[in-house]
Amino acid sequence: MQDDLMGFAQQMRIHIVRMLAAAGSGHPGGSLSATDIIASLYFKHMRIDPQNPRWEDRDRFVLCKGHAAPALYAALALRGYFPEDDLITIRKIGSHLQGHPCMSSTPGVDMSTGSLGQGLSVANGMALAGRIDKRDYYVYCIMGDGELQEGQVWEAAMSAAHYGLDHVIAFVDHNGLQIDGTNDQVMSVKPIGEKFAAFGWHVLSIDGHDFDQIDDAIAQAKACTGKPTVIVCETVKGKGVSFMENEVDWHGVAPTPEQAEAAVAEMCAN
Amino acid sequence: MNSATREAYGAALKELGRTNPDVVALDADLAGSTKSAMFGNAYPERFFDMGIAEADMIGTAAGLATCGKVPFASSFSVFVTGRAFEQIRNSVCNAYLNVKVVGSHAGPSCGEDGSSHQAVEDIAIMRSLPHMTVVVPADDVEAYAATLALAEHDGPAYLRVARLASPTIHDADNFEFTLGKGEVLREGGDVTVVACGMMVPRALEAADKLAEEGIAAQVVNMSTIKPIDADLLVACAQKTGKVITIEEGSIVGGLGTAVAEVLCERCPVPVRRIGLPDVFGTSGPGAALLDHFRLNAAHIIEVAHELCS
Repeated sequence: MQDDLMGFAQQMRIHIVRMLAAAGSGHPGGSLSATDIIASLYFKHMRIDPQNPRWEDRDRFVLCKGHAAPALYAALALRGYFPEDDLITIRKIGSHLQGHPCMSSTPGVDMSTGSLGQGLSVANGMALAGRIDKRDYYVYCIMGDGELQEGQVWEAAMSAAHYGLDHVIAFVDHNGLQIDGTNDQVMSVKPIGEKFAAFGWHVLSIDGHDFDQIDDAIAQAKACTGKPTVIVCETVKGKGVSFMENEVDWHGVAPTPEQAEAAVAEMCAN
Repeated sequence: MNSATREAYGAALKELGRTNPDVVALDADLAGSTKSAMFGNAYPERFFDMGIAEADMIGTAAGLATCGKVPFASSFSVFVTGRAFEQIRNSVCNAYLNVKVVGSHAGPSCGEDGSSHQAVEDIAIMRSLPHMTVVVPADDVEAYAATLALAEHDGPAYLRVARLASPTIHDADNFEFTLGKGEVLREGGDVTVVACGMMVPRALEAADKLAEEGIAAQVVNMSTIKPIDADLLVACAQKTGKVITIEEGSIVGGLGTAVAEVLCERCPVPVRRIGLPDVFGTSGPGAALLDHFRLNAAHIIEVAHELCS
């Protein structure tokens, strides 16, 4: 199974670099750092039915860091929500694949995001709805580390704990970089785990590229009742493409077609 | 009789709790003031006090809406439309989610709390958002009916209600609210007065006094400011040739602007806007502040004289 996940993640990464090269813009670094978490969710953990994207009992997913949309789109296409051929249309006029996730245009997108810091509140609302309706679905939410600088994240952290939303499972894609530099240079967000713990969360810390650790963390999150769980994932920005890894300049710059094919060749060789 | 539109909102919200299991309510520590507590006390399992955190409240409401709930998210108008503006923009309107944003204590009639608490810009900023519906009910009867109607309307909406009690002008037994339709309350051929909120009874008062002088004013309650009833505005402009607007808020971007937008394109006639002249409010008793800012019949009459002379 873990080999399968690695295969799916690699296909996602190939799609990501090709999509962004075709678009000529977008966010490779944070898409690649979140890829393994998204692969684990969409190909293993989430209770979903691509034939019925609005299934009321499905697990929900909120890509709080909406600029990682290429990773989400690649997972949705590979899961059969829409044809893989659509991926190359991202960011083009008329495409259902908007620059940031848009729930009204893309099958399988549970929430429109893009403005940072707003998704955790939405995830909480989804979990409250599930509680009212006595449904047992989980709500997964992936946040970036830079977006923890948004105050709304901490409002939402407070309310998730206040309402004991144990069906909210949040991930922090902690790659350490944001547009203007490292988190520490721009606005320090450390210590992330301790902050969430102080707000009343169940906190786990893992390697966000290790599928066994992701499995184990999700199992621990589901076993924890009465409080929400955040999984702080140490990740590498640009993961999988050697010339992008840990390079802040690859936050919001697309590869050229030649760079994309070099990246694909590198990934296929590994 | 006098009653505050926020009271009617609370009563209607409670009624929705009884009739519509999908309706949920959220507040930001002002449930007693916005009257959402009337719902919360009756249906605590569907009520969420989010604390003093308007941005989170709107986002949570958006999440509830993705799951088929019909959330009403209330706070003071300044805070819910201002502090949470970008959440309303992106998590509600841009996502086209069925969230009802309710702002109470709008306008200077909010009173002694002063300018920090008196929304003057809320109509303008909510009206500027694609997909948003904006409703400012004239009295308690309309506030009750509008709340029920908005629950049936599938899409984002902003409902503005007031703290101060104001005259009831509608007969509750014979009132029907239609979203998007203006209401001609008085027929007249000399000048049209378009009003919203608690300015509507003042417009009627002005019409009565103008009638004594032989000036026949057409009075329109334009409770739905977006989408505005453009055809009615054009018909009124064609009939009277002059239009006065009055609202309890800034003349920049509000009802008067919406009316002027329609008329300058479709039926250019003289338009005069009464409202706060690009200023914030101030502290004082709410009713007295309305006169302080000349949001009253005397001002309408004065402008009507100017236009009709």
